[in-house]
Amino acid sequence: MVHMTLWPRIEPLLAKVQKPARYIGCEDGARVAPPGPGRVGWLLVYPDTYEIGLPNQGLQILYEILNERDDARAERAYAPWSDLEAELRAARVPLFSVDTHRPAGEFDLIAFNLSAELVYTNVVNCIDLAGVPVRAADRGPEHPLVAAGGHCTYNPEPLADFVDLFVIGDGEEVVAEITEVVGEWKASGRTPGSRQAVLRELSKVVGVYVPSMYDVEYDGPALRAITPRHPDVPARVEKRTVADLAEWPYPKRQLVPLTEVVHDRLNVEVFRGCTRGCRFCQAGMITRPVRERPAEQVRTMVSEGLKRTGYDEVSLTSLSTADFSGIEGVVAGVINDPVNCGQVSLSLPSLRVDAFTVGIASQIQQVRRTGLTFAPEGGTWRIRQVINKLIREEDLYEAVESAFSQGWRRVKLYFLAGVPTEQDVDTLGIATLARACAEIGRRHTKSPQVTASVGGFVPKPHTPFQWFGQNTVAELTRKINLLRDDLRRERGVTLRWHDPKATLAEGIASRGDRRIGRVIEDVWRAGGTFQEWSEQFDIGRWEAAMARHGLSIDWYVHRHRTEDEVLPWDHISAGLHKDFLWDDWQAALRESGVPDCRWTPCYDCGVCTGYGIEHVVASAVPPAGGSQGTGQDLTTGGRVPVALLPTRAGVAS
Amino acid sequence: MKVRFRFAKQGKVRFTSHRDVARMWERAFRRVQLPVSYSAGFSPRPKVSFGLALPTGAESVAEYLDVDLTEAVVIDGLAATLTAAMPVGVDVLAAGELEAGSGSLQQEVTSCTWSIDVGGLDLGQARARAAGVVAAAELVVTRERKGSPVTDDIRPAILSLAEPQPGSSGIRIDCELATQPRGLRPSELVEALGGGLLTAFRHAQWIERDGARWEPIPLPATDATHEKDATHDRSGPGLDRAHRDTRTPATGGAVDHPAVDHPAATVGSASFS
Ligand code: SF4
Repeated sequence: MVHMTLWPRIEPLLAKVQKPARYIGCEDGARVAPPGPGRVGWLLVYPDTYEIGLPNQGLQILYEILNERDDARAERAYAPWSDLEAELRAARVPLFSVDTHRPAGEFDLIAFNLSAELVYTNVVNCIDLAGVPVRAADRGPEHPLVAAGGHCTYNPEPLADFVDLFVIGDGEEVVAEITEVVGEWKASGRTPGSRQAVLRELSKVVGVYVPSMYDVEYDGPALRAITPRHPDVPARVEKRTVADLAEWPYPKRQLVPLTEVVHDRLNVEVFRGCTRGCRFCQAGMITRPVRERPAEQVRTMVSEGLKRTGYDEVSLTSLSTADFSGIEGVVAGVINDPVNCGQVSLSLPSLRVDAFTVGIASQIQQVRRTGLTFAPEGGTWRIRQVINKLIREEDLYEAVESAFSQGWRRVKLYFLAGVPTEQDVDTLGIATLARACAEIGRRHTKSPQVTASVGGFVPKPHTPFQWFGQNTVAELTRKINLLRDDLRRERGVTLRWHDPKATLAEGIASRGDRRIGRVIEDVWRAGGTFQEWSEQFDIGRWEAAMARHGLSIDWYVHRHRTEDEVLPWDHISAGLHKDFLWDDWQAALRESGVPDCRWTPCYDCGVCTGYGIEHVVASAVPPAGGSQGTGQDLTTGGRVPVALLPTRAGVAS
Repeated sequence: MKVRFRFAKQGKVRFTSHRDVARMWERAFRRVQLPVSYSAGFSPRPKVSFGLALPTGAESVAEYLDVDLTEAVVIDGLAATLTAAMPVGVDVLAAGELEAGSGSLQQEVTSCTWSIDVGGLDLGQARARAAGVVAAAELVVTRERKGSPVTDDIRPAILSLAEPQPGSSGIRIDCELATQPRGLRPSELVEALGGGLLTAFRHAQWIERDGARWEPIPLPATDATHEKDATHDRSGPGLDRAHRDTRTPATGGAVDHPAVDHPAATVGSASFS
């Protein structure tokens, strides 16, 4: 196979498109091994724009790990924006890597990172742009294998027609095993018929799901079973879990892009997994147990990363960074490091909601004290018990008080609308909380800004809410209007909401079965790429495609599932007992919370016991002053402490 | 202490914007721990001022920026150190201390020398139109300025315009365009000629002092080009940087610098080999 760059053909096209720097690569830290017959070539694709895809840590980690091996090499690609796509198609130039601008079809594997369902049509588009048949069944030995990893693969079925193999769980170790199998296939010359054989071999790798090795039986609209077609193919695909993050200090050379991207800063992952047990949160459920990085390693990664990249901002990433055992020490270390001489700012995404957390934030945000974000998710204590986000009113108000009193002017609050058992009083509770926060702010600043951001809830596979029927567009719209009316005259609060129609499309893709693949293909053929971009999104395409294939939106999205129903992802295992999820669903309906098993006895969700792993957590006790249940008196959850009781404007406090 | 740097921007990085380049410099300063002065306030910015923005997509061996430092540093070797901290394709060519009271680049630069590659015209057309422009006493066009159309005579801003030549891609036109009092961009000149801009290459920026024309920093005899191995993915015919840089512009006669040998600027795909 000729290894040649497409750059001379791409370069003239770049003069005609917006933001051409998206397509040039050249990032600091970008290093790829040379192509050669002894190396399996991986093209790692983030199926969204460069600005969103470049910072993705999962992709960067695999990029480094693969290029360090002597039997693999990896390059990166991102979905070209529509303007370049049109130029590429007109000039008959295929999808290319940004590293050396090689054609996608020249790689042995094209591997997608799936972080959100609305990119599914982009996946199909990228396969097509690569010059590869979009349906897996139409591919031959001359075509690359199409792989996918990332959180969305826990329900792989909607993409099963297009993807040859899915990777479930952490990718660090399994990419090596896949490389070995594909390497043999490559060495054997990819003879006719060999594609089936290599896929069969891959299906035996733990954590790999090859949809073509399974038969799907339906019973009318219902799913009867998904069963392996061969005895050596596993009936259930177990996720992969890296037991000890300390062995994987990646990325060692985080990419520094030449043009602006989201999260344009050094990112250091401090732990993986979360056992807070929020019932709506798929990320928390599928990444158990908690595996912390040693504090010392975090410190080294921060200081070396800053020195190498020249960034002046570092983010400590995880699903809830204030829960990291070493958080105070690490923060103090970064602030006091003389090399940083006060020029470096630190950000903690996904803050817990309490004053302790704000205290940490105030230490670090000495330079830019602009905005703080909290996610109470529910408007009333009752609904927060249902979703198991056990934040007491008191915790929220103390956090907000503490933020405004320490100089912040803007507070952003995230909420979900459409969660199970939600009544209008719960929805309106969002307005009450936001208004009270603005009121607290007015004690400290003339014009506090509180933003309440409301997302429509999409039930996700492998969570206790996987059986719940999602709210309709009409219902979500009605709830948003309730809030808009209620907050109309409140100047301190800005309400933002997600388009309920996009929430519907996400719902179709999230819990869809294999039949949804035709819908995705139709939406793509109708021009529906970049569906998470409102200017490109049109729910009409989704509705038309569902209707064309005789699939009911109500059945797929809005219907409550029963306990005995076969779910499309039952053959994929995140290690959670289905019984545990069902019991937790029932507990939710009883408004009963579950504590965090990091610091309280294990309730056997199945993960640690099933995989023989356990939490790697340095501290045996929950963080001092930490909210969300553990070690707290929860009988007062809905009570507002008198000292913090917000007062109506005009009434003396 | 104030230091002025001259740098080149060539190869794939030409597609980055002026703002992107500013951020590359900020990161490079931090990486080499240069004691740059910062503004006071909520979000401190390094005290750096750039000259005239290079259009996205254009290449140059004559970009400049001035930096305020909190303490004196040794200038020798600084250009090479910074080049190593910059992306492939951005080469810091020279550094010099700036005398107190020197004017800013924006104030002082009066013109630039360009090579422009134009498409959509054949050689005969291009030559006839260029000759027409040179002979004209005035050239009134309507162009966009800050979002609204403005009618201007652009002829005074065309300081020289060489006879168009067949280029490696399209027609090559060497010219010198004023930046003051009313500047003219390469794209605007190309539009006046009725062609389409393919690429532009800035060879020099000029300042006038004591009646003579100078470069803000002349190119030194040796330069601090990237050491990074980038021989792997040559960009192919027509895009050969080393060849391109040796061209002497037909206009702007004061250009008198040794050829700079830049490697083709591509990502270090060969760095493992
Ligand atoms: S098995 Fe037990 S300790 Fe492990 S995550 Fe599940 S509940 Fe927590």
